[in-house]
Amino acid sequence: MANLAQAIRMALHYGEEHLGVTDIFGEDVGAPLGGVFTATQGLKTAWNAPLDERGIIGTALGIAYAGGKPVAEIQFCDYIYNVIDLLKLCGNVTWSSAGEYHVPMVLMTPVGSGIHGSMYHSHSFESIATHIQGWKIVMPSNPKDAYGLMLSAIAEPNPVLFLAPKALMRQKGAELIPGEPADERTLHNMIDAPLGDRSDWQPNWPPVEDYRVPIGEATIARVGEALTVVTYGRMLPVSVVAADALAKEGIDVEVIDLRTIYPFDLPMVKASVEKTGRLLVINEDTEVTNFGEHIIRKVMDEAFYSLELKPELLAGLDVPGVGLAWGYEQNSVPQQDDVLAAMRRMATAPA
Amino acid sequence: MSATTWKAPKLDAKMKIAIHDKMVLGRATEEMLIRMMRTGHGYFWIGGPGEEGFNVPLGFLTKKGHGPDFDYLHLHYRSSATILAMGAEPINMLRQMRATATDPYSKGRNFVNHFAIKPWNVVPVTPTIETQYATVIGTALVQKRHGGDGLSYVTGGDAGSAEGDFWTCMNWSTRPERELPVLILIAQNEFGISTPASQTQNNRHLNERANGFGIRNACVDGNDPIASWHALVEAMAYVRHERKPYCLQANVSRLYGHSSSSGANRYDEPDCVGLYEARLVRENLMTEAEIRSVWDKHNTQLAADLQKVIAEPMPGKEHVLQHVWHEGTASN
Repeated sequence: MANLAQAIRMALHYGEEHLGVTDIFGEDVGAPLGGVFTATQGLKTAWNAPLDERGIIGTALGIAYAGGKPVAEIQFCDYIYNVIDLLKLCGNVTWSSAGEYHVPMVLMTPVGSGIHGSMYHSHSFESIATHIQGWKIVMPSNPKDAYGLMLSAIAEPNPVLFLAPKALMRQKGAELIPGEPADERTLHNMIDAPLGDRSDWQPNWPPVEDYRVPIGEATIARVGEALTVVTYGRMLPVSVVAADALAKEGIDVEVIDLRTIYPFDLPMVKASVEKTGRLLVINEDTEVTNFGEHIIRKVMDEAFYSLELKPELLAGLDVPGVGLAWGYEQNSVPQQDDVLAAMRRMATAPA
Repeated sequence: MSATTWKAPKLDAKMKIAIHDKMVLGRATEEMLIRMMRTGHGYFWIGGPGEEGFNVPLGFLTKKGHGPDFDYLHLHYRSSATILAMGAEPINMLRQMRATATDPYSKGRNFVNHFAIKPWNVVPVTPTIETQYATVIGTALVQKRHGGDGLSYVTGGDAGSAEGDFWTCMNWSTRPERELPVLILIAQNEFGISTPASQTQNNRHLNERANGFGIRNACVDGNDPIASWHALVEAMAYVRHERKPYCLQANVSRLYGHSSSSGANRYDEPDCVGLYEARLVRENLMTEAEIRSVWDKHNTQLAADLQKVIAEPMPGKEHVLQHVWHEGTASN
């Protein structure tokens, strides 16, 4: 099975061949490295940009203005803050020009903790991103969804922020991407650049097919009756592991993988809460003005009388960063035990 | 006009008179916009009266059209005379000033002089004073790859050139073997809102900053439309054919301050329109009576335009959610 980085790479290749992608660029995105997580290795339209985030976003917007289809990358979301006004511009072009121009661009950036990334390689960005109107925001939790979401992002005529959970980049999927060879080793030999000198290397792309995860459509990763957990990205597999553990205790938790953070799939969340009466939102962003608060508010607005218990948010502590020593990350970002405890408590609390 | 070749129009007597006509139109339009602000027909004015001597030649020399064969314009909000020289209707500027629902540039959402005209490659003007220096890289990159002689030009003020995006533009457009056809324009009016250049610039020739990047550059008297014309012809010819950047500074006047926030009162600075009219009379190209008739023609039309615009509908609740998302095809 492909890992998440390979899935993104194959999606971008498909985008180059079939969906009009003209430029895939950012710092270290082109040869020889092909991205710090290898997600852009071997792509024919990939190129290296100066280490200049403002230039990267401005160039992407200009390419989109001129009829191109750019996929730009900010190497880590922690370095995206000096382009907030350009992101605002990308998001408001269609509205402010009354539809004269629009912005078909994809911006991808790795997010989240879990790799001992310290202060500037561990942040989440989705909560801030959802305050920048005019963008659609997606975050996959597995390779097949990463592939399908990237294809949808490329085909989208509006700007899409593709958040890649960096801790999952090497995680393999449970399902094959359509057209992916069944044997991992075969895939590796086809599309992974060799170590060392790779100047003559060319990928041998598998015949991957058009498979899309619609933007705005969540999925139920695990069916249950006792509690609705809404999560995404890195916290999805953590939540499923916890739910599996609780299932052995006879507690069936429903886990929703949001996949699209904005606009999120409120109908699916609402239907689940109406079934379970309980809602726990889990993510690793810091807790103040966390996007999970918006999810909870929408549920309060639309399914208040279905709730048996006050909804809760399990998120990162409101501290300035994720510290390097494990003791910092362990105690400021939700971990497996925290998720399990919160789920058990909410699923078993009296109504 | 051919999509692939561009020849600058000839600067003959007819063109010199046409330049005057558009300079007057530009000035009269800006002064009408200021009157609208003062009489309650608009919330806020910002524009470029005093820059017509440079901006009108720029408009005439633009290769106008849609797509990478033509010039992309990354303008700032002092570019009204350029757009008018290209053939824009001044009534649409009045509509944007009044923020009517009929405003074709933003449907009443943006300040005046914030254009967006896709058929002419005029990308949306924003109130930021620097982002256009970053976006111009993208259109120029597409043009470099596409071929032809289309270029991308970006206009900004002297204060805006202090922003990092100005340096980003020079750096990205001079990458080895990846030089870009960008014309970097600086309108030097010696002020950043209210802050005089003497407090922020150690060298008023901001174009010389381009020397560090190996970018050919020049400085021109932007109050002289003839000198501006020749400087632009030279700069554009270089960018069109060498496919490399060029930086041109135009020294201009700022006749009504930064915006209505500073009162929009007339400043005692050289007036490019008046200077040019004296020259036209001196060279026997126009009489004073002919000049007056040009002013009368435009002022009469603008007054009629205003009456029309005042009667037009304003945006309401039904407009708020329009164009949040684009629903059509992916490509611009």
